[in-house]
Amino acid sequence: MIASARAFWRWLTSMRTALLLLFLLAVAAIPGSLLPQRNLNPERVNQYLRDHPDLGPWLDRLWGFSVYSSPWFSAIYLLLFTSLVGCLLPRLAQHVRALRAVPPDAPKRLDRLPQHASGLAADGAPAAVAEAVAATLRKRRWRVAVREHADGVTVAAEKGYLKETGNLLFHFSLLALLVGVAAGSWYGWEGNRIVVAGPDHGFCSSIPQFDESALGARVGAEDLPPFCLQLDGFDVEYLDSGQPVSFAAHATYTEGLSGAPRQATFSVNDPLRLDGANVYLFGHGYAVIVRYTDRYGVSQTTVAPFLVDDDFLTSHGLAAFPDANIDPTGKAPRSDRAQTAFSCVYLPTVPSDVTLARSAHPAEKNPALMCSAYQGDIGLDTGRAQSVYELDRRQIDSGQLSQVGPETKLAPGESWTLPDGSTMTFLGTRKWAALSVRYDPGQQTVLAGSVVMLAGLLISLTGRRRRAWARVVPDEDGRSLISLGGLPRTEQPSFAVEFSQLVSVIEENHGRTVRPAADVDDPGVRPGNAGVRG
Amino acid sequence: MWTILGYALAMLGYAAEYAFSSNGVVARVAAAPRRELVTASVGGGPERVHDPLWDDPDGLSSPVADVGTAPSPAGGKGQRAAIFGKIGVALTAVAALAHGGALVTRGLAAERVPWGNMYEFVLAACFVGIVSWLVMLALRPAVRLLGLFVALAQVLLLGFALLVLHTQVAPLAPALNSYWLKIHVSAAALSSGILLMAFIPSALFLARDGWDRGKRSFPYTLGRRLPAADSLERLAFRVTVFGFPIWTFAIICGAIWAEAAWGRYWGWDPKETWSFISWVIYAGYLHARATPSVRRTTATWIGVLAWATMVINLYVINFVAVGMHSYAGVE
Ligand code: HEM
Repeated sequence: MIASARAFWRWLTSMRTALLLLFLLAVAAIPGSLLPQRNLNPERVNQYLRDHPDLGPWLDRLWGFSVYSSPWFSAIYLLLFTSLVGCLLPRLAQHVRALRAVPPDAPKRLDRLPQHASGLAADGAPAAVAEAVAATLRKRRWRVAVREHADGVTVAAEKGYLKETGNLLFHFSLLALLVGVAAGSWYGWEGNRIVVAGPDHGFCSSIPQFDESALGARVGAEDLPPFCLQLDGFDVEYLDSGQPVSFAAHATYTEGLSGAPRQATFSVNDPLRLDGANVYLFGHGYAVIVRYTDRYGVSQTTVAPFLVDDDFLTSHGLAAFPDANIDPTGKAPRSDRAQTAFSCVYLPTVPSDVTLARSAHPAEKNPALMCSAYQGDIGLDTGRAQSVYELDRRQIDSGQLSQVGPETKLAPGESWTLPDGSTMTFLGTRKWAALSVRYDPGQQTVLAGSVVMLAGLLISLTGRRRRAWARVVPDEDGRSLISLGGLPRTEQPSFAVEFSQLVSVIEENHGRTVRPAADVDDPGVRPGNAGVRG
Repeated sequence: MWTILGYALAMLGYAAEYAFSSNGVVARVAAAPRRELVTASVGGGPERVHDPLWDDPDGLSSPVADVGTAPSPAGGKGQRAAIFGKIGVALTAVAALAHGGALVTRGLAAERVPWGNMYEFVLAACFVGIVSWLVMLALRPAVRLLGLFVALAQVLLLGFALLVLHTQVAPLAPALNSYWLKIHVSAAALSSGILLMAFIPSALFLARDGWDRGKRSFPYTLGRRLPAADSLERLAFRVTVFGFPIWTFAIICGAIWAEAAWGRYWGWDPKETWSFISWVIYAGYLHARATPSVRRTTATWIGVLAWATMVINLYVINFVAVGMHSYAGVE
C-alpha cells in the first residue's frame, strides 16, 4: 500500500509525467475553443442545444459548455500543480544545499574533461599559486574551494547557480498564478447593466440594479462596495465609412455611502477605476424617447434602450405602455384593448435606398423610427419571462395582442395618431452605454506572478551552470605547474571560449611560461560533450 | 506584390545551390570531424570549431567565418552552387527590403502601426522571420542551405496573405487603439516570426534524421543534402529558446490589454485558448528536451506540433471561431 503510494508519487513527480500532463492540459483546452461556452456566450450555447438535440445534452453532461471550470479540466491542472509541487520541493531543497555546499574536488584526470589545458608554469609554492588562482576565479564570480592534497593543491570552482534559481522562480510563480486565479474566482464579482444617459437613469451598486450579475463563491451581495453612477453623456466619433474612431463615456459617480459626486470620462481600453471595482465600457446604442397620449388624454413618456443589430446601429426595441387607456375618472370599464406597445426599428441614418430597413451610418444623420403599434394584453401577467426588446409572439398568435394601423415611419418630433385617437410622438433619442462593473482581487497576484515568471524564465534559459578546476603541483625546480579543466553542466557552445579566456587570464596573472598546447589528438581527450547534456 | 516575386526568385537561387551542392557546404558539414567540436587549447586561443551551423563563441554575438575555414570545396561544382546560393541571399535581401518598405508604406498610409489586422499581422510576422533569417545568416553563413525552405515558407505565407487576407488600409477600431496593442501585437509578431525560424530547422532536422536512419521516401529524401542532424536540432532549440520568452511576454501583454479592454485578463476566448495551448506545448518541448530519456526526435516533434498550434491559432481560429478577437478584419 505504502509502496504503491510511493510509486505513484514518484511517477507523478517525474518529468515524463509533467510532460504528459502538460499535453493533456493542452488537449483538454481544445474543446472549449470549439464549443460555445456558457461564461462567454450563453445565447450561443442555447442555440447549440436547440440545433443538436441529441448530442447537445450529452456534451452538456460532460461539461462541454463550461470546459474551463469542468471537473476533468480542473483535475488535470490540479494534478499538474501537485506534480509541480512534488517536483519543486525536493529541487528547492537540493538547490539550497548546492548553494551552501562547496564545489566538489577536481577529478583525477583533468585531461579527460571536455575542456582542459595544462603546462602552465608559475613561480611560487603550489599553495600560494593555488590561492592566487582561487582569488582570480573569485573575482570573476566563481564559487571556489581550495583543497590541499599530498601531491598538490586543487582549486574547485563552480558558477551559474542562477540558472536553477531562475528555474525555481519560474515554476514557483506558476503556483502564484494559480493562487491569483483562484482568489479571483472566489472573491471576485461582476455585474453588467445598460445605462441610459441622463440624471434620471443612474444606478447604484446593488445586485437588483444590475441586468445580470455573477458573484464569486465567497462573495455575498453585501460585499459589493457602495457607489452610484450616472451617465452624463456619450461621445462617439465616426469616419465617413461608419467605422468608429473613438468612444468616451462621461459619468458622475459617488463612492462610499456619503462620497462627494465626482466626474470622470472613461472609454474602451480605459476603464473607470473605483475603489474596489472597475467600470468597463462594453457597448453603446440609442434609447428611443416616445410619448404616448392615450384616449383619455393622459400622457406618458418612456425612454427605451434599443438593442443594436449591426455595426451601423440599426436597432430594434419596444416602447410599451401597460398602464395606458385607463379612464382616470374610473367611470369607463377597463378595455381589453388598453395596453399599447410600439415595436420599432430605429435607423440613425436612413439609407438613400429607402426600401432597405438598415441604417447607412451609425451617427444620427437622417434618423427615423419605424413602428408597428399593438394593442391588447402585452402579457405581463402570464408569468412568462418577457423581453424588453420584443413583444411576446404568443400573445400576438393567440389574438390577445393585435396590430393597429399600418407600419409608420417617424422622424424626430413627428406624431402618429392611432385609429382610436390616441397619439404617439417620437421625441428623439438618448445614448446608452453597456457597462460592466467588475472586481478581481487576484489580478495583482497574477500580474506579479507573470512578471516574476518571465524573469525566472529568462534567467533560467540564459543561465549556464559550469565547473572549473585547477590542479597545482610542484615541479622539480620548486615552482608550480598548473593544469586546468572545465565542465559545462548543460549544453553551452560558448563554454569553450569562456574556458580559454579563463586560461589566458590565469596565464597572464600567474603564469610564467607556456608549454606547447595540449595536443588535440591526445587519445585521452574524449570527443563530444555527450556526457553533459541536459 | 513584388516582395513575393523576390522571394520566389531567391528560392530559385537557393534551389540551384541545393541541387548542385553535393560538393558544397553540406558535404563539408557532414565530413567535418566531430572531434573538433570540443577541444580548446592553451596559447592559440580557441580552436576553430567546425560546426558551421552552430559555431557559437558567445551566444549570438560574434560572427565566425566558419565556411571559410572549412576545407575548401572540391571543385567548380561546389563553387557554382555557392554562387547560386549567394544570388539567392542577395535576392532575399532585396525582397526583404521591399517587404519592409511595404510595411512602412502601409503604416504611413494608415497613420498607425502596420499590424492592425490579420493581413498586416502576417506581413509583419513574416518580415520578422526574414530578418531573423538574415541575422542568422550573417552570424552563421552556413545556414544558407536552409534558404530554400525559408524562401518557400515566405512565398506560401505571403501568397496566402495577399490572396485571401488582403484588406484595404483603414484606421484601427477603438478597441484596438491602445498602446498595449502595439506592444502585444509586436511581441506576438516577433515571436511568431522567430518561432517560424525555429520550425524550419526542426522540420528539416526530422527529414535529415529520418534520412540518417535509412528512410528513403519523400520528405526524408530532402534530408540528404541538409546539414548534420544534430546541428539542425541545436539550431532549432536555440531559436525556440529565444522565441519562447517573447511569446510568453506577448501573452502577458495580451492579458494586460484584455483587462483594460474587456474587464478580465483571461477569459478563454478561442484566441486566448490557442495561445495557451501553444505556450503549454512549447513548455512541453523545453521539458522534453531537458529530459534525458526523451529522444531528440520526439522532442522535435513536440516543437513542430507547437508550431502547428501557432498556425492553427492564426489561420483557423480567426476564420472559424467566434471570439472577441474578431478584429482580424478578413472580408
Ligand atoms: C505547470 C506546468 C509547467 C510549466 C508551464 C513548465 C514550464 C517549464 C519551462 C518553460 C521550462 C524551461 C525553462 C528551463 O529550461 O529552465 C521548464 C523547465 C523545467 N521544468 Fe517545468 N513546467 C511545468 C511543470 C513542471 C513539473 C510538474 C515539473 C516536475 C516534474 C517540472 C520540472 C522542470 C524541470 C526539472 C525543468 C528544468 C529543465 C532543465 O534542467 O533545463 N516542470 N518548465
